Amino acid sequence: MTVRMVTVKYMLLIYSNPESWASLSAEQREGLARAHHDLTRELTEQGMLVSSAGLADPITTRTVSVADDDSRTTTDGPYAEAKEHLAGFYLVECDDIDQAIDYAARMPDAKYVAVEVRPVMDTSGLEM
Amino acid sequence: MDPDRGGGVGKVMNMELLLREQAPQVLSALVRHYGHFDLAEEAVQEALLAASQQWPTEGVPDNPRGWLIRVGSRRLTDLLRSETARRKREENVALQAAPEEFVATGPEIDEPAGRDDTLTLLFLCCHPALSAASQIALTLRAVGGLTTAQIAAAFLVPESTMAQRISRAKRSIKQAGSTFEMPPEAERDVRMGAVLHVLYLIFNEGYTASSGTNLHSAELTTEAIRLVRGVRRLLPDDGEVAGLLALMLLTDARRPARTDVDGTLIPLAEQDRSRWNRDAIVEGEALVTDALSRTQLGPYQVQAAIAAVHGTAERAEDTDWAQIVALYQVLEQISDNPMVRLNHAVAVAMATGPKEGLALLEPLDSDGRMKNHHRLEAVRAHLLEMSGDVEGARASYMLAARRTTSVPEQNYLKSRADKL
Repeated sequence: MTVRMVTVKYMLLIYSNPESWASLSAEQREGLARAHHDLTRELTEQGMLVSSAGLADPITTRTVSVADDDSRTTTDGPYAEAKEHLAGFYLVECDDIDQAIDYAARMPDAKYVAVEVRPVMDTSGLEM
Repeated sequence: MDPDRGGGVGKVMNMELLLREQAPQVLSALVRHYGHFDLAEEAVQEALLAASQQWPTEGVPDNPRGWLIRVGSRRLTDLLRSETARRKREENVALQAAPEEFVATGPEIDEPAGRDDTLTLLFLCCHPALSAASQIALTLRAVGGLTTAQIAAAFLVPESTMAQRISRAKRSIKQAGSTFEMPPEAERDVRMGAVLHVLYLIFNEGYTASSGTNLHSAELTTEAIRLVRGVRRLLPDDGEVAGLLALMLLTDARRPARTDVDGTLIPLAEQDRSRWNRDAIVEGEALVTDALSRTQLGPYQVQAAIAAVHGTAERAEDTDWAQIVALYQVLEQISDNPMVRLNHAVAVAMATGPKEGLALLEPLDSDGRMKNHHRLEAVRAHLLEMSGDVEGARASYMLAARRTTSVPEQNYLKSRADKL
Protein backbone atom coordinates (compact mmCIF):
# COMPACT_ATOMS: atom_id res chain seq x y z
CA MET A 1 0.00 0.00 0.00
CA THR A 2 2.19 2.76 -1.26
CA VAL A 3 0.58 6.12 -0.78
CA ARG A 4 3.36 8.14 -2.28
CA MET A 5 2.63 10.09 -5.41
CA VAL A 6 4.77 9.23 -8.40
CA THR A 7 6.33 12.64 -8.59
CA VAL A 8 6.15 15.65 -6.37
CA LYS A 9 6.61 19.23 -7.36
CA TYR A 10 9.35 21.06 -5.53
CA MET A 11 10.13 24.73 -5.37
CA LEU A 12 13.83 25.46 -5.39
CA LEU A 13 14.15 28.91 -3.82
CA ILE A 14 17.41 30.67 -4.55
CA TYR A 15 18.62 33.07 -1.88
CA SER A 16 21.12 35.82 -2.37
CA ASN A 17 22.32 38.91 -0.51
CA PRO A 18 23.66 42.23 -1.78
CA GLU A 19 27.17 41.60 -0.45
CA SER A 20 27.55 38.20 -2.04
CA TRP A 21 26.25 39.52 -5.35
CA ALA A 22 28.52 42.61 -5.28
CA SER A 23 31.57 40.52 -4.50
CA LEU A 24 31.17 38.27 -7.54
CA SER A 25 33.80 38.71 -10.24
CA ALA A 26 32.78 38.97 -13.89
CA GLU A 27 34.00 35.43 -14.31
CA GLN A 28 31.85 34.19 -11.43
CA ARG A 29 28.80 35.99 -12.80
CA GLU A 30 29.37 34.32 -16.15
CA GLY A 31 29.76 30.97 -14.42
CA LEU A 32 26.48 31.59 -12.61
CA ALA A 33 24.66 32.36 -15.85
CA ARG A 34 26.16 29.33 -17.55
CA ALA A 35 25.28 26.98 -14.70
CA HIS A 36 21.64 28.12 -14.76
CA HIS A 37 21.50 27.91 -18.52
CA ASP A 38 22.80 24.32 -18.43
CA LEU A 39 20.53 23.35 -15.57
CA THR A 40 17.47 24.79 -17.30
CA ARG A 41 18.32 22.95 -20.47
CA GLU A 42 18.85 19.66 -18.69
CA LEU A 43 15.65 19.95 -16.63
CA THR A 44 13.70 20.86 -19.77
CA GLU A 45 15.09 17.92 -21.73
CA GLN A 46 14.27 15.55 -18.89
CA GLY A 47 10.68 16.78 -18.85
CA MET A 48 11.02 17.91 -15.24
CA LEU A 49 10.88 21.68 -15.46
CA VAL A 50 7.48 23.21 -14.77
CA SER A 51 8.64 26.80 -14.54
CA SER A 52 11.58 28.96 -13.55
CA ALA A 53 12.48 32.62 -13.30
CA GLY A 54 15.00 35.01 -11.90
CA LEU A 55 13.63 37.88 -9.81
CA ALA A 56 14.60 41.54 -10.12
CA ASP A 57 16.73 43.14 -7.43
CA PRO A 58 14.84 43.70 -4.15
CA ILE A 59 15.40 47.41 -4.62
CA THR A 60 12.54 47.23 -7.16
CA THR A 61 10.14 45.51 -4.74
CA ARG A 62 6.90 47.10 -3.58
CA THR A 63 5.12 45.61 -0.59
CA VAL A 64 1.37 45.93 -0.25
CA SER A 65 -0.78 45.36 2.82
CA VAL A 66 -4.50 45.78 3.24
CA ALA A 67 -6.03 46.80 6.57
CA ASP A 68 -9.35 45.62 8.05
CA ASP A 69 -11.15 48.60 6.52
CA ASP A 70 -9.75 47.53 3.12
CA SER A 71 -7.44 50.52 2.92
CA ARG A 72 -4.23 49.80 1.14
CA THR A 73 -0.67 50.72 2.08
CA THR A 74 2.19 50.30 -0.34
CA THR A 75 5.80 50.65 0.72
CA ASP A 76 9.06 50.50 -1.17
CA GLY A 77 11.26 47.50 -0.46
CA PRO A 78 10.73 43.94 0.70
CA TYR A 79 8.37 42.79 3.45
CA ALA A 80 10.88 40.99 5.62
CA GLU A 81 13.86 42.76 7.13
CA ALA A 82 16.44 40.17 6.23
CA LYS A 83 19.96 40.12 4.92
CA GLU A 84 19.01 37.47 2.36
CA HIS A 85 16.38 37.84 -0.32
CA LEU A 86 14.71 35.58 -2.83
CA ALA A 87 16.58 35.91 -6.11
CA GLY A 88 14.86 33.32 -8.25
CA PHE A 89 13.11 29.98 -8.32
CA TYR A 90 12.68 26.72 -10.18
CA LEU A 91 9.48 24.71 -10.01
CA VAL A 92 10.47 21.13 -10.83
CA GLU A 93 8.83 17.73 -10.79
CA CYS A 94 11.09 15.18 -9.13
CA ASP A 95 10.87 11.56 -8.01
CA ASP A 96 11.71 12.58 -4.46
CA ILE A 97 13.25 15.34 -2.36
CA ASP A 98 16.76 13.89 -2.70
CA GLN A 99 16.65 14.35 -6.44
CA ALA A 100 15.47 17.94 -5.94
CA ILE A 101 18.30 18.54 -3.45
CA ASP A 102 20.83 17.25 -5.99
CA TYR A 103 19.64 19.82 -8.53
CA ALA A 104 19.69 22.61 -5.94
CA ALA A 105 23.25 21.68 -5.01
CA ARG A 106 24.35 22.23 -8.59
CA MET A 107 23.44 25.92 -8.47
CA PRO A 108 26.44 28.14 -7.70
CA ASP A 109 24.01 30.15 -5.53
CA ALA A 110 24.14 27.27 -3.05
CA LYS A 111 27.82 28.06 -2.68
CA TYR A 112 27.36 31.85 -2.38
CA VAL A 113 24.33 31.83 -0.03
CA ALA A 114 21.82 28.96 -0.07
CA VAL A 115 19.03 27.28 -1.98
CA GLU A 116 15.90 26.14 -0.18
CA VAL A 117 13.99 23.04 -1.34
CA ARG A 118 10.29 22.92 -0.47
CA PRO A 119 7.56 20.51 -1.55
CA VAL A 120 4.55 22.10 -3.21
CA MET A 121 1.11 21.36 -1.76
CA ASP A 122 -1.03 19.00 -3.74
CA THR A 123 -4.79 18.91 -4.17
CA SER A 124 -4.74 15.10 -4.09
CA GLY A 125 -5.30 13.23 -0.88
CA LEU A 126 -5.88 9.81 0.54
CA GLU A 127 -8.64 8.73 2.88
CA MET A 128 -7.27 8.10 6.35
CA MET B 1 -27.16 3.72 -19.38
CA ASP B 2 -26.73 3.13 -23.05
CA PRO B 3 -23.99 5.58 -24.01
CA ASP B 4 -25.31 5.83 -27.56
CA ARG B 5 -28.56 7.28 -26.32
CA GLY B 6 -26.63 10.01 -24.56
CA GLY B 7 -26.43 11.79 -27.91
CA GLY B 8 -23.38 13.65 -29.16
CA VAL B 9 -21.19 13.43 -26.08
CA GLY B 10 -21.76 9.70 -25.68
CA LYS B 11 -20.90 9.12 -29.31
CA VAL B 12 -17.70 11.11 -29.05
CA MET B 13 -16.70 9.21 -25.91
CA ASN B 14 -17.38 5.89 -27.63
CA MET B 15 -15.36 6.96 -30.62
CA GLU B 16 -12.47 7.99 -28.40
CA LEU B 17 -12.51 4.67 -26.57
CA LEU B 18 -12.73 2.71 -29.81
CA LEU B 19 -9.72 4.60 -31.11
CA ARG B 20 -7.74 4.21 -27.92
CA GLU B 21 -8.38 0.47 -27.83
CA GLN B 22 -6.81 0.25 -31.27
CA ALA B 23 -3.74 2.29 -30.28
CA PRO B 24 -1.51 -0.52 -28.95
CA GLN B 25 -2.53 -2.87 -31.79
CA VAL B 26 -1.77 -0.32 -34.49
CA LEU B 27 1.52 0.66 -32.87
CA SER B 28 2.60 -2.99 -32.55
CA ALA B 29 1.82 -3.62 -36.21
CA LEU B 30 3.87 -0.62 -37.31
CA VAL B 31 6.84 -1.42 -35.06
CA ARG B 32 6.90 -5.06 -36.13
CA HIS B 33 6.93 -4.00 -39.74
CA TYR B 34 9.16 -0.94 -39.75
CA GLY B 35 10.98 -0.93 -36.41
CA HIS B 36 11.60 2.64 -35.19
CA PHE B 37 9.45 2.53 -32.07
CA ASP B 38 9.90 6.27 -31.40
CA LEU B 39 8.70 7.45 -34.81
CA ALA B 40 6.03 4.76 -35.08
CA GLU B 41 4.59 5.98 -31.78
CA GLU B 42 4.46 9.50 -33.20
CA ALA B 43 2.78 8.25 -36.37
CA VAL B 44 0.10 6.36 -34.42
CA GLN B 45 -0.80 9.51 -32.49
CA GLU B 46 -1.25 11.32 -35.77
CA ALA B 47 -3.36 8.51 -37.21
CA LEU B 48 -5.58 8.59 -34.11
CA LEU B 49 -5.93 12.35 -34.47
CA ALA B 50 -6.83 12.01 -38.16
CA ALA B 51 -9.45 9.39 -37.30
CA SER B 52 -10.97 11.51 -34.55
CA GLN B 53 -11.36 14.33 -37.07
CA GLN B 54 -12.61 12.30 -40.04
CA TRP B 55 -14.72 9.49 -38.62
CA PRO B 56 -17.41 11.63 -36.97
CA THR B 57 -18.32 13.12 -40.36
CA GLU B 58 -17.31 10.35 -42.77
CA GLY B 59 -18.37 7.43 -40.60
CA VAL B 60 -16.29 4.68 -38.99
CA PRO B 61 -14.59 2.56 -41.68
CA ASP B 62 -15.47 -1.16 -41.92
CA ASN B 63 -12.03 -2.09 -40.70
CA PRO B 64 -11.00 0.62 -38.25
CA ARG B 65 -7.70 -1.01 -37.38
CA GLY B 66 -6.76 -1.47 -41.05
CA TRP B 67 -7.58 2.19 -41.68
CA LEU B 68 -5.42 3.32 -38.75
CA ILE B 69 -2.53 1.08 -39.79
CA ARG B 70 -2.69 2.42 -43.33
CA VAL B 71 -2.76 6.06 -42.27
CA GLY B 72 -0.11 5.40 -39.60
CA SER B 73 2.18 3.68 -42.14
CA ARG B 74 1.88 6.56 -44.53
CA ARG B 75 2.70 9.02 -41.78
CA LEU B 76 5.59 6.85 -40.58
CA THR B 77 7.15 6.67 -44.04
CA ASP B 78 6.96 10.47 -44.17
CA LEU B 79 8.63 10.71 -40.79
CA LEU B 80 11.32 8.23 -41.78
CA ARG B 81 11.95 10.12 -44.97
CA SER B 82 12.42 13.46 -43.23
CA GLU B 83 14.51 11.76 -40.55
CA THR B 84 16.76 10.33 -43.27
CA ALA B 85 17.00 13.69 -44.96
CA ARG B 86 17.83 15.36 -41.67
CA ARG B 87 20.57 12.85 -40.93
CA LYS B 88 21.92 13.14 -44.43
CA ARG B 89 22.17 16.87 -43.96
CA GLU B 90 23.82 16.41 -40.59
CA GLU B 91 26.25 13.68 -41.50
CA ASN B 92 26.55 14.55 -45.15
CA VAL B 93 26.83 10.88 -46.03
CA ALA B 94 24.52 8.48 -47.78
CA LEU B 95 22.70 6.20 -45.38
CA GLN B 96 22.33 2.50 -45.90
CA ALA B 97 18.57 2.63 -46.01
CA ALA B 98 17.40 4.70 -48.94
CA PRO B 99 14.01 6.33 -48.49
CA GLU B 100 12.68 4.28 -51.44
CA GLU B 101 13.04 1.21 -49.33
CA PHE B 102 10.35 2.43 -46.99
CA VAL B 103 8.05 3.36 -49.81
CA ALA B 104 8.56 0.01 -51.51
CA THR B 105 7.20 -1.86 -48.49
CA GLY B 106 3.96 -0.04 -49.15
CA PRO B 107 1.34 0.91 -46.65
CA GLU B 108 -0.49 -2.45 -46.68
CA ILE B 109 0.49 -4.53 -43.68
CA ASP B 110 -0.94 -7.97 -43.10
CA GLU B 111 -2.23 -8.08 -39.59
CA PRO B 112 -2.37 -11.69 -38.39
CA ALA B 113 -5.75 -12.19 -36.78
CA GLY B 114 -5.75 -12.69 -33.04
CA ARG B 115 -2.19 -11.53 -32.55
CA ASP B 116 -1.89 -9.15 -29.60
CA ASP B 117 1.43 -7.55 -28.76
CA THR B 118 0.13 -5.27 -26.04
CA LEU B 119 2.27 -7.07 -23.44
CA THR B 120 5.45 -6.60 -25.47
CA LEU B 121 4.55 -2.95 -25.76
CA LEU B 122 3.94 -2.66 -22.01
CA PHE B 123 7.30 -4.25 -21.27
CA LEU B 124 8.96 -1.72 -23.54
CA CYS B 125 7.16 1.29 -22.02
CA CYS B 126 7.98 0.10 -18.49
CA HIS B 127 11.63 -0.40 -19.38
CA PRO B 128 13.96 -0.35 -16.32
CA ALA B 129 16.08 2.41 -17.93
CA LEU B 130 13.19 4.84 -17.36
CA SER B 131 12.06 6.67 -14.22
CA ALA B 132 8.60 5.81 -12.92
CA ALA B 133 7.28 9.17 -14.13
CA SER B 134 8.52 8.43 -17.65
CA GLN B 135 7.23 4.85 -17.64
CA ILE B 136 3.79 6.16 -16.70
CA ALA B 137 3.75 8.90 -19.33
CA LEU B 138 4.88 6.59 -22.11
CA THR B 139 2.48 3.81 -21.10
CA LEU B 140 -0.47 6.19 -21.11
CA ARG B 141 0.41 7.46 -24.57
CA ALA B 142 1.62 4.33 -26.37
CA VAL B 143 -0.65 1.75 -24.75
CA GLY B 144 -3.47 3.94 -23.47
CA GLY B 145 -3.66 6.08 -26.61
CA LEU B 146 -4.00 9.29 -24.59
CA THR B 147 -2.67 12.50 -26.06
CA THR B 148 0.21 14.39 -24.49
CA ALA B 149 -2.22 17.19 -23.61
CA GLN B 150 -4.49 14.76 -21.74
CA ILE B 151 -1.58 13.24 -19.81
CA ALA B 152 -0.17 16.67 -18.96
CA ALA B 153 -3.57 17.78 -17.66
CA ALA B 154 -3.84 14.68 -15.47
CA PHE B 155 -0.45 15.32 -13.89
CA LEU B 156 -0.88 19.10 -13.72
CA VAL B 157 2.25 19.95 -15.67
CA PRO B 158 2.59 22.06 -18.83
CA GLU B 159 2.10 20.13 -22.06
CA SER B 160 5.66 21.00 -23.17
CA THR B 161 7.07 19.42 -20.00
CA MET B 162 5.14 16.21 -20.66
CA ALA B 163 6.14 16.20 -24.34
CA GLN B 164 9.80 16.45 -23.32
CA ARG B 165 9.36 13.64 -20.81
CA ILE B 166 7.86 11.36 -23.44
CA SER B 167 10.49 12.02 -26.11
CA ARG B 168 13.21 11.63 -23.52
CA ALA B 169 11.71 8.27 -22.51
CA LYS B 170 11.71 7.11 -26.12
CA ARG B 171 15.32 8.21 -26.56
CA SER B 172 16.35 6.33 -23.42
CA ILE B 173 14.74 3.14 -24.69
CA LYS B 174 16.58 3.54 -27.96
CA GLN B 175 19.88 4.16 -26.18
CA ALA B 176 19.34 1.10 -24.00
CA GLY B 177 19.23 -0.85 -27.27
CA SER B 178 15.86 -2.32 -26.44
CA THR B 179 13.92 -3.95 -29.23
CA PHE B 180 10.29 -4.83 -29.69
CA GLU B 181 10.53 -8.31 -28.24
CA MET B 182 9.29 -10.08 -25.14
CA PRO B 183 11.99 -9.92 -22.43
CA PRO B 184 13.89 -13.19 -21.93
CA GLU B 185 12.16 -15.74 -19.71
CA ALA B 186 14.63 -15.19 -16.85
CA GLU B 187 13.79 -11.46 -16.65
CA ARG B 188 10.10 -11.79 -17.22
CA ASP B 189 8.93 -11.92 -13.60
CA VAL B 190 10.87 -8.82 -12.61
CA ARG B 191 9.76 -6.95 -15.73
CA MET B 192 6.15 -8.00 -15.15
CA GLY B 193 6.46 -6.62 -11.63
CA ALA B 194 7.49 -3.26 -13.12
CA VAL B 195 4.52 -3.28 -15.51
CA LEU B 196 2.04 -4.00 -12.72
CA HIS B 197 3.65 -1.36 -10.51
CA VAL B 198 3.29 1.28 -13.24
CA LEU B 199 -0.39 0.39 -13.71
CA TYR B 200 -0.84 0.55 -9.95
CA LEU B 201 0.80 4.00 -9.81
CA ILE B 202 -1.47 5.26 -12.58
CA PHE B 203 -4.46 4.08 -10.59
CA ASN B 204 -3.17 5.63 -7.38
CA GLU B 205 -2.52 8.95 -9.04
CA GLY B 206 -6.15 9.06 -10.13
CA TYR B 207 -7.59 7.70 -6.92
CA THR B 208 -5.93 10.22 -4.65
CA ALA B 209 -7.12 13.14 -6.78
CA SER B 210 -10.01 14.74 -4.98
CA SER B 211 -13.23 14.78 -6.91
CA GLY B 212 -13.90 18.50 -7.05
CA THR B 213 -10.56 19.95 -7.92
CA ASN B 214 -9.00 17.61 -10.40
CA LEU B 215 -11.39 15.69 -12.60
CA HIS B 216 -8.80 14.86 -15.21
CA SER B 217 -6.73 12.84 -12.78
CA ALA B 218 -9.73 10.88 -11.56
CA GLU B 219 -10.08 9.46 -15.07
CA LEU B 220 -6.73 7.79 -14.57
CA THR B 221 -8.38 5.19 -12.32
CA THR B 222 -10.72 4.21 -15.14
CA GLU B 223 -7.78 4.10 -17.53
CA ALA B 224 -5.68 1.96 -15.17
CA ILE B 225 -8.55 -0.49 -14.71
CA ARG B 226 -9.05 -0.68 -18.49
CA LEU B 227 -5.34 -1.40 -19.03
CA VAL B 228 -5.21 -4.10 -16.33
CA ARG B 229 -8.32 -5.73 -17.82
CA GLY B 230 -6.43 -5.84 -21.11
CA VAL B 231 -3.43 -7.53 -19.46
CA ARG B 232 -5.73 -9.98 -17.72
CA ARG B 233 -7.30 -11.03 -21.03
CA LEU B 234 -3.79 -11.98 -22.17
CA LEU B 235 -2.70 -13.60 -18.89
CA PRO B 236 -5.86 -15.06 -17.33
CA ASP B 237 -3.88 -17.39 -15.04
CA ASP B 238 -1.59 -14.79 -13.52
CA GLY B 239 -2.68 -14.37 -9.88
CA GLU B 240 -1.03 -10.99 -9.39
CA VAL B 241 -2.69 -9.51 -12.48
CA ALA B 242 -6.02 -10.72 -11.10
CA GLY B 243 -5.03 -9.43 -7.65
CA LEU B 244 -4.16 -5.99 -8.98
CA LEU B 245 -7.42 -5.75 -10.93
CA ALA B 246 -9.34 -6.84 -7.82
CA LEU B 247 -7.48 -4.31 -5.67
CA MET B 248 -8.30 -1.51 -8.09
CA LEU B 249 -11.97 -2.47 -8.35
CA LEU B 250 -12.40 -2.82 -4.59
CA THR B 251 -10.64 0.49 -3.91
CA ASP B 252 -12.35 2.38 -6.70
CA ALA B 253 -15.71 1.09 -5.43
CA ARG B 254 -15.32 3.49 -2.50
CA ARG B 255 -14.67 6.53 -4.66
CA PRO B 256 -18.24 7.91 -4.58
CA ALA B 257 -18.15 7.85 -0.75
CA ARG B 258 -14.62 8.93 0.04
CA THR B 259 -15.07 12.66 -0.45
CA ASP B 260 -17.77 15.19 0.34
CA VAL B 261 -19.31 17.38 -2.35
CA ASP B 262 -16.70 20.02 -1.49
CA GLY B 263 -13.80 17.55 -1.72
CA THR B 264 -13.43 16.97 2.03
CA LEU B 265 -11.94 13.55 2.74
CA ILE B 266 -14.17 11.10 4.59
CA PRO B 267 -12.36 8.32 6.49
CA LEU B 268 -13.28 4.72 5.76
CA ALA B 269 -15.11 4.30 9.08
CA GLU B 270 -17.41 7.25 8.39
CA GLN B 271 -18.21 6.63 4.72
CA ASP B 272 -21.80 6.11 3.61
CA ARG B 273 -21.43 2.53 2.46
CA SER B 274 -24.66 2.60 0.48
CA ARG B 275 -22.74 4.79 -1.97
CA TRP B 276 -20.09 2.15 -2.59
CA ASN B 277 -20.18 0.56 -6.01
CA ARG B 278 -21.60 -2.92 -5.29
CA ASP B 279 -20.88 -4.37 -8.73
CA ALA B 280 -17.21 -3.48 -8.46
CA ILE B 281 -17.02 -5.02 -4.97
CA VAL B 282 -18.66 -8.25 -6.13
CA GLU B 283 -16.39 -8.50 -9.14
CA GLY B 284 -13.26 -7.66 -7.14
CA GLU B 285 -14.06 -10.12 -4.39
CA ALA B 286 -14.75 -12.93 -6.86
CA LEU B 287 -11.49 -12.21 -8.67
CA VAL B 288 -9.35 -12.28 -5.55
CA THR B 289 -11.06 -15.33 -4.10
CA ASP B 290 -10.45 -17.23 -7.32
CA ALA B 291 -6.81 -16.07 -7.55
CA LEU B 292 -6.07 -16.98 -3.93
CA SER B 293 -7.47 -20.47 -4.45
CA ARG B 294 -5.48 -21.39 -7.52
CA THR B 295 -2.43 -19.20 -8.11
CA GLN B 296 0.81 -18.34 -6.37
CA LEU B 297 0.30 -15.85 -3.56
CA GLY B 298 1.50 -12.28 -4.10
CA PRO B 299 1.21 -8.84 -2.50
CA TYR B 300 -1.54 -7.50 -4.79
CA GLN B 301 -3.74 -10.47 -3.97
CA VAL B 302 -3.26 -9.95 -0.24
CA GLN B 303 -3.98 -6.22 -0.49
CA ALA B 304 -7.07 -7.03 -2.54
CA ALA B 305 -8.14 -9.54 0.10
CA ILE B 306 -7.84 -6.81 2.76
CA ALA B 307 -9.86 -4.42 0.60
CA ALA B 308 -12.46 -7.19 0.15
CA VAL B 309 -12.85 -7.59 3.94
CA HIS B 310 -13.61 -3.85 4.16
CA GLY B 311 -15.80 -3.97 1.08
CA THR B 312 -18.02 -6.76 2.38
CA ALA B 313 -18.53 -5.30 5.88
CA GLU B 314 -22.00 -3.83 5.90
CA ARG B 315 -21.17 -1.32 8.62
CA ALA B 316 -17.76 -0.14 9.82
CA GLU B 317 -18.31 -1.90 13.17
CA ASP B 318 -18.89 -5.20 11.34
CA THR B 319 -15.33 -5.16 9.94
CA ASP B 320 -13.50 -8.43 10.63
CA TRP B 321 -10.34 -6.82 12.03
CA ALA B 322 -8.87 -10.13 13.21
CA GLN B 323 -8.92 -11.31 9.61
CA ILE B 324 -7.30 -8.06 8.46
CA VAL B 325 -4.55 -8.44 11.09
CA ALA B 326 -3.87 -11.95 9.81
CA LEU B 327 -3.69 -10.70 6.22
CA TYR B 328 -1.27 -7.92 7.17
CA GLN B 329 0.95 -10.52 8.84
CA VAL B 330 1.04 -12.43 5.56
CA LEU B 331 1.71 -9.22 3.64
CA GLU B 332 4.61 -8.31 5.94
CA GLN B 333 6.22 -11.64 5.19
CA ILE B 334 6.05 -11.23 1.43
CA SER B 335 6.74 -7.51 1.08
CA ASP B 336 8.86 -5.64 3.57
CA ASN B 337 7.47 -2.15 3.52
CA PRO B 338 7.11 0.28 6.44
CA MET B 339 3.73 1.42 5.08
CA VAL B 340 2.46 -2.15 5.47
CA ARG B 341 3.67 -2.18 9.07
CA LEU B 342 1.90 1.10 9.69
CA ASN B 343 -1.39 -0.28 8.38
CA HIS B 344 -0.82 -3.44 10.37
CA ALA B 345 -0.58 -1.31 13.53
CA VAL B 346 -3.96 0.28 12.73
CA ALA B 347 -5.54 -3.15 12.26
CA VAL B 348 -4.07 -4.41 15.56
CA ALA B 349 -5.41 -1.34 17.35
CA MET B 350 -8.86 -2.00 15.93
CA ALA B 351 -8.76 -5.73 16.71
CA THR B 352 -7.08 -5.62 20.14
CA GLY B 353 -6.75 -2.08 21.41
CA PRO B 354 -4.90 1.22 20.90
CA LYS B 355 -2.02 0.35 23.28
CA GLU B 356 -1.07 -2.69 21.22
CA GLY B 357 -1.26 -0.61 18.05
CA LEU B 358 0.86 2.19 19.52
CA ALA B 359 3.50 -0.34 20.55
CA LEU B 360 3.83 -1.40 16.90
CA LEU B 361 4.56 2.21 15.90
CA GLU B 362 7.71 2.37 18.01
CA PRO B 363 10.06 0.63 15.58
CA LEU B 364 8.77 2.94 12.81
CA ASP B 365 9.94 5.99 14.79
CA SER B 366 13.52 4.97 14.09
CA ASP B 367 12.90 3.95 10.47
CA GLY B 368 14.49 6.60 8.23
CA ARG B 369 11.80 6.16 5.58
CA MET B 370 8.97 6.73 8.03
CA LYS B 371 10.01 8.78 11.03
CA ASN B 372 9.12 12.14 9.48
CA HIS B 373 6.21 10.83 7.42
CA HIS B 374 2.89 12.52 8.05
CA ARG B 375 1.00 9.22 7.92
CA LEU B 376 2.93 7.82 10.87
CA GLU B 377 1.94 10.90 12.87
CA ALA B 378 -1.66 10.73 11.62
CA VAL B 379 -1.97 7.09 12.71
CA ARG B 380 -0.43 7.93 16.08
CA ALA B 381 -2.99 10.73 16.46
CA HIS B 382 -5.89 8.35 15.75
CA LEU B 383 -4.59 5.73 18.17
CA LEU B 384 -3.95 8.32 20.91
CA GLU B 385 -7.48 9.61 20.38
CA MET B 386 -8.80 6.03 20.73
CA SER B 387 -6.84 5.63 23.96
CA GLY B 388 -8.32 8.83 25.42
CA ASP B 389 -5.10 10.88 25.34
CA VAL B 390 -6.68 14.09 24.04
CA GLU B 391 -3.61 16.32 24.39
CA GLY B 392 -1.30 13.80 22.74
CA ALA B 393 -3.78 13.21 19.95
CA ARG B 394 -4.18 16.93 19.25
CA ALA B 395 -0.40 17.45 19.11
CA SER B 396 0.01 14.52 16.72
CA TYR B 397 -2.85 15.64 14.46
CA MET B 398 -1.30 19.12 14.24
CA LEU B 399 2.15 17.75 13.51
CA ALA B 400 0.74 15.44 10.83
CA ALA B 401 -1.15 18.39 9.33
CA ARG B 402 2.08 20.38 9.09
CA ARG B 403 3.93 17.49 7.52
CA THR B 404 1.52 16.50 4.76
CA THR B 405 1.82 18.14 1.35
CA SER B 406 -1.81 17.36 0.53
CA VAL B 407 -4.42 20.10 1.01
CA PRO B 408 -7.39 17.75 1.61
CA GLU B 409 -5.37 15.66 4.06
CA GLN B 410 -4.28 18.78 5.89
CA ASN B 411 -7.86 20.00 6.15
CA TYR B 412 -8.97 16.61 7.44
CA LEU B 413 -6.21 16.42 10.07
CA LYS B 414 -6.89 19.98 11.28
CA SER B 415 -10.59 19.26 11.59
CA ARG B 416 -9.86 16.12 13.65
CA ALA B 417 -7.71 18.21 15.99
CA ASP B 418 -10.45 20.88 16.22
CA LYS B 419 -13.07 18.29 17.19
CA LEU B 420 -11.08 17.08 20.20
